[in-house]
Amino acid sequence: MTATSPLIDVERLTMRFGGLVAIDDVSFSAQPREITAIIGPNGAGKTTVFNCITGFYKPTVGRLTLRGDREYLLERMLGHEIGQQARVARTFQNIRLFPGMTVLENLLVAQHNKLMRASGMSVFGMLGLKRYQRAEAAAIEMARAWLERIGLVADADREAGELPYGAQRRLEIARAMCTEPRLLCLDEPAAGLNPRESAALNQLLVSIRDREGIGVLLIEHDMSVVMRISDHVVVLDYGRKIAEGPPADVRRDPAVIRAYLGTSEGSHDG
Amino acid sequence: MGPRLPMLLKDAALTAFVAAALGLFIVGFRTVDVGSTKGLAFDYQFVDLAVAVVAIFVGRLGLSFAADGQRWPALVLGTVLGVIGASPVRLPSSFLHWFVGLAGLLIIARTLWPSAEQAIDQAKRFPQGRRFGVAGVRWLAWILLAAAVILPVTPLGDQKTMDLGVLILTYVMLGWGLNIVVGLAGLLDLGYVAFYAVGAYSYALLSTQWGLGFWAVLPLAGAFAATFGLVLGFPVLRLRGDYLAIVTLGFGEIIRLVLINWVDLTNGPAGIGSIPGPTLFGAVFAEKAPPGGVTFAQMMGVPFSGTQRLVFLYYIILGLALITNLFALRLRRLPVGRAWEALREDETACRALGINPTNTKLTAFAIGAMFAGFAGSFFAAKQRFVSPESFVFIESAIILSIVVLGGMGSQIGVVLAAVLLIGLPEWFRDLGTYRMLAFGLAMVLIMVFRPRGLIAHREPSVRLHARAGGGGG
Repeated sequence: MTATSPLIDVERLTMRFGGLVAIDDVSFSAQPREITAIIGPNGAGKTTVFNCITGFYKPTVGRLTLRGDREYLLERMLGHEIGQQARVARTFQNIRLFPGMTVLENLLVAQHNKLMRASGMSVFGMLGLKRYQRAEAAAIEMARAWLERIGLVADADREAGELPYGAQRRLEIARAMCTEPRLLCLDEPAAGLNPRESAALNQLLVSIRDREGIGVLLIEHDMSVVMRISDHVVVLDYGRKIAEGPPADVRRDPAVIRAYLGTSEGSHDG
Repeated sequence: MGPRLPMLLKDAALTAFVAAALGLFIVGFRTVDVGSTKGLAFDYQFVDLAVAVVAIFVGRLGLSFAADGQRWPALVLGTVLGVIGASPVRLPSSFLHWFVGLAGLLIIARTLWPSAEQAIDQAKRFPQGRRFGVAGVRWLAWILLAAAVILPVTPLGDQKTMDLGVLILTYVMLGWGLNIVVGLAGLLDLGYVAFYAVGAYSYALLSTQWGLGFWAVLPLAGAFAATFGLVLGFPVLRLRGDYLAIVTLGFGEIIRLVLINWVDLTNGPAGIGSIPGPTLFGAVFAEKAPPGGVTFAQMMGVPFSGTQRLVFLYYIILGLALITNLFALRLRRLPVGRAWEALREDETACRALGINPTNTKLTAFAIGAMFAGFAGSFFAAKQRFVSPESFVFIESAIILSIVVLGGMGSQIGVVLAAVLLIGLPEWFRDLGTYRMLAFGLAMVLIMVFRPRGLIAHREPSVRLHARAGGGGG
């Protein structure tokens, strides 16, 4: 599509759990400055792909290459190194905020590695040096900027667990963005949102793609979200890739129609 | 009351019957040793039992009235019990005085609690009330600190109080240290006393074998304990929750067993004695100076007194505890402290944000262990004798309950819980073996009235907006 090399290459990814093959030989790539959607019926292996990319699972076979300042082979990295060095950030299907901490603290924890360096592994911080104080002020400024974008500035000092559901979803995305990622992986960000919140989410995702210029990988059930904002769609069914391409083409693909109509529509309960 | 009265009476009678049936064997008979030839004989205590059963009948009736919303009968019964407990009427034992008196107080508290709760709730609804709550905690901290600093120079500072003060402050310091591990990082450590033992034996051995002084060993003891924390933490910190608790419990026991069995180094169960106490600029706290040394009394030109040493120890542990507190408060506002709390909240999310869970947990574990090491070397210097018996599991359990009952992560809560849990049993010492009941009572009361700990409020480590109406951070 473009001359630049893709942000992430997923090659021949296979994940077996004992006898169960959750993902079977799946390859695709995602470009920077694009929203790539992974869709498929329930149990197609979408979240498993995410868990492989973000280091929660070690793939049985396959190679995951992320291009940043250098090439990172994600399948060889530890879970936290993927966030720290390769800079892949993710959100979770069931929201995982730090519910007992405030909204602002959630966003500061996301900037942990940067702040940890500035605090000289806590030594400068304990001594109260200016250098750390400046870094902390900058981190709070970045958090405030994100809170403005998601409309939660007034709630900054509330406990994250007290927020309404939609706000928690937005906050989780902002928290992932505060790690300054190259690739943002969102696992069903629109699940449980009302139409208005869903529209606001679309806007947020498009603005992240256009302003931050990073790649977004998106698992989504809500077809209206997928068709409206994604640039590229990968369709999985029973762990295999059955189609890939621009949303308009994928929608007409007979294999996709068969996969979605073949499994009962009733299974789309999110 | 009318028609419900027979029901309440029946309920109270049933309770009294159960108490009598249980108490008949536990309280009613007591075996006494009447000499090696005659063996054991029974001692009957039916009067005690009868008084207790009557008190239980009246107490149960009072509680039922209170639960029924009939405030006045409940208050009358509570007052009657309280007055009997406090009055010079001769009950068979002093324990029964406490028992009856406390029962009366509890009934009164139970009766008044709902309205007190309502008042607290109402106060919370106004922003002033909430701010008062936060400011109140801060004032409480300053008042407690001031009281702790001036206590030795007030008339209250006699030998007994000073002893108790040193004991409570030791537990406060241990509580603050463990609070980093359990309260902030959420790692359930049941073997905290192991690090306390490492610190104590570090000082005991280095001072008796190599002649090092307290102030030289103090940092070393902390470093040793922290090293033990790292060594233990590295393999086990990938475990979570219950599994981690079991492994730390085991580690605590291993350390104790090593201390018992490695006789060459630790002198085994006999322990290590004649450990020198801490010195003040080289002056010792003793009646006679060692050859070439001076005593504190000589240096200051005042007559020798036994309390001087105690007061000195008191200020040392107060200083050590305050250092622990400042350190913990400061760390909580740094990235590492926030990462600890985030780990407690959700480890998976932390990993997704690029935080190294193992390293972060290790720092919490090692820093917590370091403070236990400091406290341990103080303990050895205070007791002048250490043996494995001082480092049993129950010590870990007491420190942990201080942290949990104080309100996980709350510094002032640890102080209050330590005063309650350590102070109460000591104040009730004349109750003899029953005094541990005071410990249990303190625990039950806290659990019933403050299930999330004495101070459950969490102050954010950083704020975007200044707190409404000022007050500062």
